[in-house]
Amino acid sequence: MNLAYTLRLADDALIIGHRLSEWCGHGPILEQDIALTNTALDHLGRARSLCQYAAAQYNAATAEEKKNSFSSVAIQQLTEAGKELTEDDIAYLRDGWDYRNLLLLEQPNIDWAFTVARAFYYDTFNYYFFTHLKNSSDSTLAAIAEKSLKEVTYHLRWSSEWVVRLGDGTDESHNRMQQAINELWQYTGEQFVMNDADNEAASTGVGVNLAEILPLWTARIAEILQEATLSMPPAGSWMQQGGKEGRHTEHLGYILAEMQHMQRTYPGMEW
Amino acid sequence: MSVHSFQEHFDSLIDRDVTIEPKDWMPDDYRKTLIRQISQHAHSEIIGMLPEGNWITRAPSLRRKAVLLAKVQDEAGHGLYLYSAAETLGISRDEMYNQLHTGKAKYSSIFNYPTLTWADMGAIGWLVDGAAIMNQVPLCRTSYGPYARAMVRVCKEESFHQRQGFEIMLTLSKGTEIQRKLAQDAFNRWWWPSLMMFGPPDAESPNTEQSVRWRIKRFTNDELRQKFVDVTVEQARVLGLEMPDKDIKWNEERGHYDFGKINWSEFYNVVKGNGPCNKQRIEARRKAWDEGKWVRDAAMAHAEKRKARQSEVKAA
Repeated sequence: MNLAYTLRLADDALIIGHRLSEWCGHGPILEQDIALTNTALDHLGRARSLCQYAAAQYNAATAEEKKNSFSSVAIQQLTEAGKELTEDDIAYLRDGWDYRNLLLLEQPNIDWAFTVARAFYYDTFNYYFFTHLKNSSDSTLAAIAEKSLKEVTYHLRWSSEWVVRLGDGTDESHNRMQQAINELWQYTGEQFVMNDADNEAASTGVGVNLAEILPLWTARIAEILQEATLSMPPAGSWMQQGGKEGRHTEHLGYILAEMQHMQRTYPGMEW
Repeated sequence: MSVHSFQEHFDSLIDRDVTIEPKDWMPDDYRKTLIRQISQHAHSEIIGMLPEGNWITRAPSLRRKAVLLAKVQDEAGHGLYLYSAAETLGISRDEMYNQLHTGKAKYSSIFNYPTLTWADMGAIGWLVDGAAIMNQVPLCRTSYGPYARAMVRVCKEESFHQRQGFEIMLTLSKGTEIQRKLAQDAFNRWWWPSLMMFGPPDAESPNTEQSVRWRIKRFTNDELRQKFVDVTVEQARVLGLEMPDKDIKWNEERGHYDFGKINWSEFYNVVKGNGPCNKQRIEARRKAWDEGKWVRDAAMAHAEKRKARQSEVKAA
């Protein structure tokens, strides 16, 4: 069972999709509003595929495995009532400590520079990650990776171009971009941390050995930052982590309160 | 050609149902009327993103969230085609934005009403997009070519939007008691403002006659409103919802539904800026524009730097 691994990827997609969707209708340029919404839709689409796959794995699990999968009371009640979980139960009925997304992705939009920097770090990671994951021994994950790679290749081009445009634009945009690059740097290390789920998935050929991606990621980030006339934050600086274990920043609780409002207020209904 | 013969040529194109294109001569009033109408329409799409955008992060299922996000994105796309169509008449997008932000340009006043529950996403799709389609389908054959062609694309997507709204309402009406209550409450709040979307009664609509002559308009406000009422009464029956107007009654003689009096004083007040969300809508757009200035400046500066570097390379 690759439930923990699937959920991590699902949560990453869901949370970044949510953050990007907050821009819809508020972008600085109409064409960019449309472009960013496209990207939000890509992430949301991937989140749905992964949540569906996670639900299927949960439904096929033993009673003991089910008991240990989530802390959510609502999910336990559904399971006790003999109901199968859907993609929506996975997204809307878990609290923060059951969420396994990277801390980077729950950070607020703040402005265009922070949004671009967050996307740039994550899109670069995704590009190399899905390039590897498409060879996964899990055929569902491999198929999702293959589809995602096409989308992510475009995301990476989009965010890299904006890093360069803002870095090598005006003095103000340069300063804002450098600040965003610096402040979000502390959340990038977690992308490469191998936890139990990562180690298990990598050893069975399901998952990706993240250590292989780190040098590729670092080289690409350095190359784009140089083109953007921006400086790379120092190597070896302190990195925040915890998202992969369900210990989040304060931001996630508010995302979930908003996102889950309908399902929590009107439980068990079809929409 | 003299001005007189230019006018005759224009009139004959209109009479023969031939489209007017950007480079054709056109009377000043025709140009002005079109700029006003197309830019109002574009602004309505952009402002219209806000009330629905309000529910993107709270959509009750992942599927609904994806559909709503795509729908609001379509509206941005419509705004884009329409701003481009208006630009062919000699006004810039920045100038149109400026007119919107300073309150000089109007937009559909329906978007000055708040979206209070998820059912409003259904009611907006069903009623507001439904009313918009009735207004807009005739515009696919409007006399100005770029506008007519933009409207063909807009209408295709709008009919999809209307179906998704109706489907939300249908799901609610087949759901639990509280969901039917949500649907009825949204219907009650959106019904009258939807009727107002067709504009003032014909007797008080000063531009109608000239616009019909120019084929900028194909039907009058009251004709379209009646058509909308007739269709919606039937659809409400399918949904099992009660009409929010006790005066709705089939009139055998007219072959139409009679309906109650519209509160035109509310309509004129919302148009004047006294609607529940007028200030918030404009403020949200102005904020996006002002806070985006440094981004647009940077994009421009970067493009110029690139161009300069390329010409340096060429010179060397």
